[in-house]
Amino acid sequence: MTTQAQDNIIVFDKVNKWYGNNFHVLRDINLQVKRGERIVICGPSGSGKSTMIRCINRLEEHQEGHLIVDGTELTDDVKAIDRIRKDVGMVFQQFNLFPHLTVLENLTLSPMYVGKVPKKEAEEKAMAQLKRVRIAEQAGKYPLQLSGGQQQRVAIARALCLTPKIMLFDEPTSALDPEMIKEVLDVMVEMANQGITMLCVTHEMGFAKAVADRVIFMDQGQIVEQNNPHDFFNNPQTDRSKDFLSKILGH
Amino acid sequence: MAETIIFQSLPPRPAPVKTEGLVPWIRTNLFGSWQSTLTTLIVGGLLLYFLPKFLNWAVFTATTVANADACRADGVGACWGVIKEKYRLILFGRYPFDEQWRPLVATLLMVALVVASCTRVFWNKWLAVLWIVVIAIYFVLMSGGYFSLTTVTTDRWGGLPLTIMLTTISLVLAFPLALLVALGRRSQLPAIRTFCTIYVELVRGVPLISVLFMASFMFPLFMPQGLTIDVLIRALAGITLFAAAYMAEVIRGGLQAMPKGQTEAAASLGLSYWQTQFKIILPQALAMVVPGIMNNFISLFKDTSLVSIVSMYELTGSLGLALNSDADWRPYKLEGYLFIVAIYFAFCFAMSRYSLWIEKQVNKSKLR
Repeated sequence: MTTQAQDNIIVFDKVNKWYGNNFHVLRDINLQVKRGERIVICGPSGSGKSTMIRCINRLEEHQEGHLIVDGTELTDDVKAIDRIRKDVGMVFQQFNLFPHLTVLENLTLSPMYVGKVPKKEAEEKAMAQLKRVRIAEQAGKYPLQLSGGQQQRVAIARALCLTPKIMLFDEPTSALDPEMIKEVLDVMVEMANQGITMLCVTHEMGFAKAVADRVIFMDQGQIVEQNNPHDFFNNPQTDRSKDFLSKILGH
Repeated sequence: MAETIIFQSLPPRPAPVKTEGLVPWIRTNLFGSWQSTLTTLIVGGLLLYFLPKFLNWAVFTATTVANADACRADGVGACWGVIKEKYRLILFGRYPFDEQWRPLVATLLMVALVVASCTRVFWNKWLAVLWIVVIAIYFVLMSGGYFSLTTVTTDRWGGLPLTIMLTTISLVLAFPLALLVALGRRSQLPAIRTFCTIYVELVRGVPLISVLFMASFMFPLFMPQGLTIDVLIRALAGITLFAAAYMAEVIRGGLQAMPKGQTEAAASLGLSYWQTQFKIILPQALAMVVPGIMNNFISLFKDTSLVSIVSMYELTGSLGLALNSDADWRPYKLEGYLFIVAIYFAFCFAMSRYSLWIEKQVNKSKLR
């Protein structure tokens, strides 16, 4: 293994993807993510940001190029995909909790059936994660009995139960009421301070400024610009990112 | 700067009480508007016209004497004596008269098994063992040949025991098959998908009667010489395959309604295909289609009456058998049919009540 592969936990090498025959959604994506790096990805809708991070745990398949996650290249090899999915946690815009299971069961499901952890141990670990997202008292409830912000925190705890090396966030606060965004972001900031590799698609620029090591701006399936948050927000290099920032920061 | 006003929420109070009592209920529900009043009057009028006539026939002028001459007397309504006279034949068909305790015990056991399987206490791994044991007992009791029981060939089985056994076994076999076919129709693998689609379309394209005909008369022609499969087994297979095709489509409807996010979340947690289906997708999809599946179960129960077309006399068939062969009682088929209608209704109504209970159970996670 080269030193580069050890430093970089995720490597996109000329990755291309199409939806159907005509929609070229990812175009020549090159990206290296260092271990422990915190990246915020922004850009207009349809720019391919969600698709890009969904390629990392193979919810989407790329058709060209190489994508290496933690030293394993993603191909059709099912075993490799299973291994990577154990190391990559994901949080979705719509939470995607399992509504027929209690909060605790949502958290223990994967450790018990994928990680083969005994029930009791899985439950202890799940309770610890629920405490971490400050929601332990809701363990026995069903997801639909919780507020949006609480559900999203459960979803974060569920992803953390696998002790992933990488966390992917796909617009985690976009479906939340304004008052609930903060409680979710607080949890995410706390995670960011604990050294886990994070890739977060979001338009919460305050969050980006506070925790991101790097901001990536995408448009039309390409990475247009990447920089540290300070320079990206204060001194955008391209006309496209200037235009985008003027729109989202304009109010 | 002005002083901040402290927000104080109003204390909650209970919702207003609805007006109770019979008279207000009638006023709002039966005579609430002129359309409603008109409908009430029409339905009430029809009831007033027909109900007394029916009651007169079925109760007041009816006779319960098991004597055909008494029934033929003038002014006599329903002749319930026919049931007194023929109930053993109707309920047990051509099963040897002196051995009819065997189908009785076997059927009671099977009904008890089904009822037990419907209750929460029995939902554990021993249930499968219990099923195998009870079905084995059923067949040993019915066919005999062991424990000094005389042998009774399957062509003499009949009546309610046959109806219940055909329904129970084909239902238990059809349900898992339907699950697999429903999943298969959504499979990523073209071969499996095509196979399942062809199966569903072929079976749905023909009436059950023709499936039973084929199972009963055509299938043996293709069997190698000397090898025969009992017609009962062939009919069971036919009903199972037929019911599974319909059930599969109902289940597939539930699968289609599942949001994609559930599969994605399961995949992102590393769950395998089967884990995802059995832990995440099917529990939710099946909960959505409980009414549709119960529809299938109920129609399967009643569809078993078609096996009389291939000379198996289940409840409906044995009624015909009981009355057609006896010129004295033949005119009282209506009473006989009402009798088995009551039996069918009791079973179907129980099933439909049970389905409501199941719906409540599976919707618990949706209560606020």
